[in-house]
Order: sequence, then structure tokens, then C-alpha cells
Amino acid sequence: MDEHSIDKAPDAAADWPDQIYSLLKTHNITQVALVPDAGHSRLIRRCLADNEMTVVTLTTEEEGIALLQGAWLGGAKGVLLMQSSGVGNCINMLSLSTMHRCPLPMLVTMRGDFGEFNPAQVPMGNATQTVLEAMGTLVRRADTPEDIAPTVNATIRLAFNTFRPTATLIGQRVLGAKTFGKD
Amino acid sequence: MLAASGKLDRRELTRALLADRGEMLVIAGLGAPAWDITAIGDCAENLPLWGGMGGAAMIGLGLALAQPKRKVLVITGDGEMLMGIGALATIAVQKPANLSIVVQDNEHYGETGMQETATRHGVDLVMMAKGAGITNTMFVTKPDEVPTLHKAIHAGQGPFFAVAKIDATSKPLVLPPREGALLQARMREAVMGPAAHHQL
Repeated sequence: MDEHSIDKAPDAAADWPDQIYSLLKTHNITQVALVPDAGHSRLIRRCLADNEMTVVTLTTEEEGIALLQGAWLGGAKGVLLMQSSGVGNCINMLSLSTMHRCPLPMLVTMRGDFGEFNPAQVPMGNATQTVLEAMGTLVRRADTPEDIAPTVNATIRLAFNTFRPTATLIGQRVLGAKTFGKD
Repeated sequence: MLAASGKLDRRELTRALLADRGEMLVIAGLGAPAWDITAIGDCAENLPLWGGMGGAAMIGLGLALAQPKRKVLVITGDGEMLMGIGALATIAVQKPANLSIVVQDNEHYGETGMQETATRHGVDLVMMAKGAGITNTMFVTKPDEVPTLHKAIHAGQGPFFAVAKIDATSKPLVLPPREGALLQARMREAVMGPAAHHQL
């Protein structure tokens, strides 16, 4: 990751992105919809390198809700990766998943959540869980590295076993907040 | 197939596009396109949308990627396509050969009082699709172009994108089922058989 990048990627020693990738394989996830986030950068690289996965880079996160509705109609399982700010872009489109009872697991890396530097990230980061729950999504948080894989596993299982939108919020505390030496 | 205005009649156009559809799966954008496909004949291979405005083309993409051997057609309106216009870029990059999108362009928001859309003021959706990188496109205004359009959506040389300029007059409402779980489950069963309802 570029040291001048404003987002922060997981430390090289962290293995939770690889654990998430393994879970996507275990659950036969074949469509990975995303708007990139630094927190998901290693997971995205793993998915791009996998010929059994179709990675769809979206112009806006709400496209992912519709894409995975189509995937499920055709018998394929998908997951939506995004940053907390992208959750705001999804609000009305989440009605698709609720109305049709479409399984929709979302893995959200949080900004504006814990020691944030950028004021623009705070309003949506603060509202992410409320917004998802207001639209009928079952939300669980993971705020330590060891919590991430079990929570993601539960989120994927809950979506496909009970036919609804679900989300894991990966806390900024896990990723760390960049301060540019201005703290 | 022409209305009094000299433009294509939306329901006759839909009837022509869905003739001899075989196993083609059809997603219809909310409002008049959903009523149109239902008027021609409601069936399990149809997903008429009641909401999710801006999402029709992307549902088509997810379905086309999941079922590369089935033809997928998205029929939607100009307002719905404009709301999710970024999907043209996403679809162009994925290049699904089995996906076609036909915009029935009446240049108005028909369900809300016939307010003008951007296409009424010269916005060219075909040019936007081309700009995104979708090379297989058509712009249709006349009945004698419709057989070529029908051939194109069945050809499997997508992604294919077309705009058909249609008469703006609203047609009698022909409403599809409103139960979303039913609409989803019946299409899944049409694609996968009874196994669709069991654990993947």
C-alpha cells in the first residue's frame, strides 16, 4: 500500500483477509461485487487471482445489491465488499433483498469509527449500522482480528440459510486510523 | 406497431421482442416495462420489478454471469436506466455475451405524472453505452427495424444495448404478482428445477 494513501490497509502480518478468502471458498461464493477499500485490498487481490470467482468492480455500491439479486436468481452465491461510506449508497436498493428474500452478505470495512482523521468519513461511519438495520439487515461487528473470521462466517451463513441481507462491520480499531503525523 | 403519434407502440414492441423467446430470462424495470411484459404473458421466466429503481440492468448482469448459457433480456425505461447509468460501465467491463438491454424510451417519467426525462432534452443513451465500451448497439424508431432488434437480443453476441423510441401514451395496467419471494422463487425454479429450493 502506498504510504501516502489516505486509507489504511491491514498489516502484512495480519491473516484475517486470508481467512475471509478461505470462507468465501468454503461457501462457494463465485461473484464478488465491490467498490474498493484499502481494508479489503488483500482480500480483493486474492479474489482477482481466483479463476473460479468473478470480481465485479462497481461504479456505486448499490449496483452490488442488484448484481447479487441477479446472481441468486441464477443460482450463484455472491458477497458485497465495501467501505462504510458505501453503505449510504445502498439504502433504497436494499429493498430488493428484503422484498424478494434474497441472501445478501455484506462485508464492510469501517471508517469514521475509531480514531478517524478525515472529518468527511464520520457522518456515514457513525450512521452505518443504524442505516443497515433500518433497512432490515442483520448486523454484527468484529473489532478484534480474531473476531473477524467467525463473524464473517456467521454473516454468510445467516444470509444464505435465512434469506436476508446481513453484514459484518470490520471495525476501524482492527485496521488502525492513519493520522499523517498530525495526532 | 405504430401509435397515433407515429412512434412505436410500447406493448406491440414488447410483444414482438418476446416472440419465440424460448428459455430467455427477462428482467423488467419498475413501472410500465413491468406491466408490458405481464400484459404479453406472465411466467416464471419473468422478473417484473416493483422497485429498486436503477437496478434492472445490474440484476441482468448478475443473472447473465450466473447462467452464461441462458439468454437474459432487460427491458426498462429511460428514467430507470438513467438512475443506474453507471451500470453501463460495469457491464461493458464484464462483457457478458448473453445479456441484452432494451430501453423503451418515452422521454418521460410515466408513473409520476409524465414529467420529462433527460432523454427528452437530447441525452443519448446509445452514445453513453458506446462511450462505456458496449460496441453492439441499436437505435430503433421504426417497425421495420424491430425484426433486426429481435434477432440481436437472441444472437448471444452481447453485451447488446438498444434504445427504442416509443409513444408516451400510458397503456391499461396489467399488474404482475406483488409477492417478491414468489417472483424470485419461481424464476429460480425455472432455471434450476426443484433443487432451487434446497440448500446450495
